Amino acid sequence: MSAGVAGMGRAKTDGPLKIAVPRGALLGETLDILDAVGIDTDEVRGESRSLIFPGESITLVTMRPSDVPTYVEAGAADVGITGKDVLLEQADRVVYELLDLGFGRCRMVLAGRKGDERLGEAQRRLGMMRIATKYPRIAERYFERTGRQIEAIEVKGSVELAPLIGLADGIVDLVATGRTLEENDLEVREEIVECTARFVANRVSHKLRAREVDGLTAKLRQTLGR
Amino acid sequence: MIHPIPPGTRDVLPDEMRELRRLHLALIEVFEARGYGEVATPAIEYDEVLARGDGRTADTAYRFFDGSGELLALRSDMTVPIARLVASRYASAEMPLRLCYLANAYRAVRPQRGQMREFAQAGVELIGAPAPEGTAEVVEVLEAALDAAGLERAIIGLGDADLYRQLLAEFGIEGEARDSILARLAAHDLVGLEVELSELEGIDDRQIATCVALSQLRGGKEVLEEARALGGAAVERATARLGETVQALEARGAAQRVQIDLGLLRDLGYYSGAILEVYDPTLGHVLGGGGRYDGLLKRFGIDLPAAGFALYMERVHVAQMEEEPRGGGNP
Repeated sequence: MSAGVAGMGRAKTDGPLKIAVPRGALLGETLDILDAVGIDTDEVRGESRSLIFPGESITLVTMRPSDVPTYVEAGAADVGITGKDVLLEQADRVVYELLDLGFGRCRMVLAGRKGDERLGEAQRRLGMMRIATKYPRIAERYFERTGRQIEAIEVKGSVELAPLIGLADGIVDLVATGRTLEENDLEVREEIVECTARFVANRVSHKLRAREVDGLTAKLRQTLGR
Repeated sequence: MIHPIPPGTRDVLPDEMRELRRLHLALIEVFEARGYGEVATPAIEYDEVLARGDGRTADTAYRFFDGSGELLALRSDMTVPIARLVASRYASAEMPLRLCYLANAYRAVRPQRGQMREFAQAGVELIGAPAPEGTAEVVEVLEAALDAAGLERAIIGLGDADLYRQLLAEFGIEGEARDSILARLAAHDLVGLEVELSELEGIDDRQIATCVALSQLRGGKEVLEEARALGGAAVERATARLGETVQALEARGAAQRVQIDLGLLRDLGYYSGAILEVYDPTLGHVLGGGGRYDGLLKRFGIDLPAAGFALYMERVHVAQMEEEPRGGGNP
């Protein structure tokens, strides 16, 4: 097993098992569960600005949660952890979803301004709602499924701004505690789907490194008490 | 001045072409040496004829009218055109019939994903040779092709296309629910699979566990025993079919590279019985695939068993380059 991680070119399913670790809100609990299955995460927790943390049999690679499916699909990471919201938004990426890790629980919701009838009015009189979101595909699928038409407006930053300043009639966004909505005078109108962190695997790694992938899955499952 | 070409298509320049040509020749040589004669068919066919092969036709992405109003389509693989060719030209020929090809095929691409609209496939079709011997021969040719490409570490996954259809029928799951669960299995969405199964009526926890566990069984011959332990007539039949294929492979000394995979599910509509997928440790994507399609020729009017495989040449070339530092690659 010679393939090093540093300076590697194309995706390989050689060498240590590469785990894509999401930075951001899921990081803490991801590292906790990795610790619980006996993977050393001290380096990641430290001050280092590195993105890659090589180990004997396992290498941790840190990245934005929304990049996890990209790396795992290509086999640049063998397995990874990311939110179901990311997987739903990138549903066309071929990754195997092996386990619901249960943490990072939040809801994908449709929200509008408190006491404001704009959503319903737009739907009734204009036949179409303008929905600002970071998840245009989830939003489009949801409204299509429920037989309503929307114009999905993709924004990258604070979605809450959009209905307040008249860019959109409502928003589709991920809500954990609901405090951000509250602070911006918004309220949940409909719940679309509940999202948690998921353990995913590359299709080829799942075949060629079956023992390692299955072993890790089993340990994670055990840790979760299932 | 830059003149664009459509996304998912590309030009090949001499350095790459030289290597591709070498690879092409090596593969065709392997096929010919085993009695597979090379054929070519038109890239454009009548849409109606292609649709006959694969009822879903989801893969046929490019259709257009010619000057006289006929609906034409670009082929999405070579298996259906060769079925058409065999039915038209070899209907009364002595079987089995061994054909091979190296040809471009065309599929839809999703934007910004680096997928190819036009890609080259090399493969074989063995017509008129039933399972398990026919399957074993095709696997043997595939192994020789991988060796010729220098991919000595490549693995062939061997599964059964009928397993889940029959298992779900046994569980009494039909229609839309069945299709939805097959889609979950094909995508390996185990979380969704478990949730969806548990929402169905008349299915118990043990059946759910069987379905989930089966999809994760892959490895050597021992997985056939592990599968049998889960019970049921569908599993019994599928493992018996797989067992026969493995036995035939062993008799030919061709079982070393084969990984039995009960989770394998290819999404092409015409497969039945054994299905194959090819992996190499240097690449995160599947190198190729194939299997049996015993019902396909019947749709063209001759009832003959058939099996084959296709390798994606661009991917094989990438793997070949990656294997070179290890002493593999172009031998």
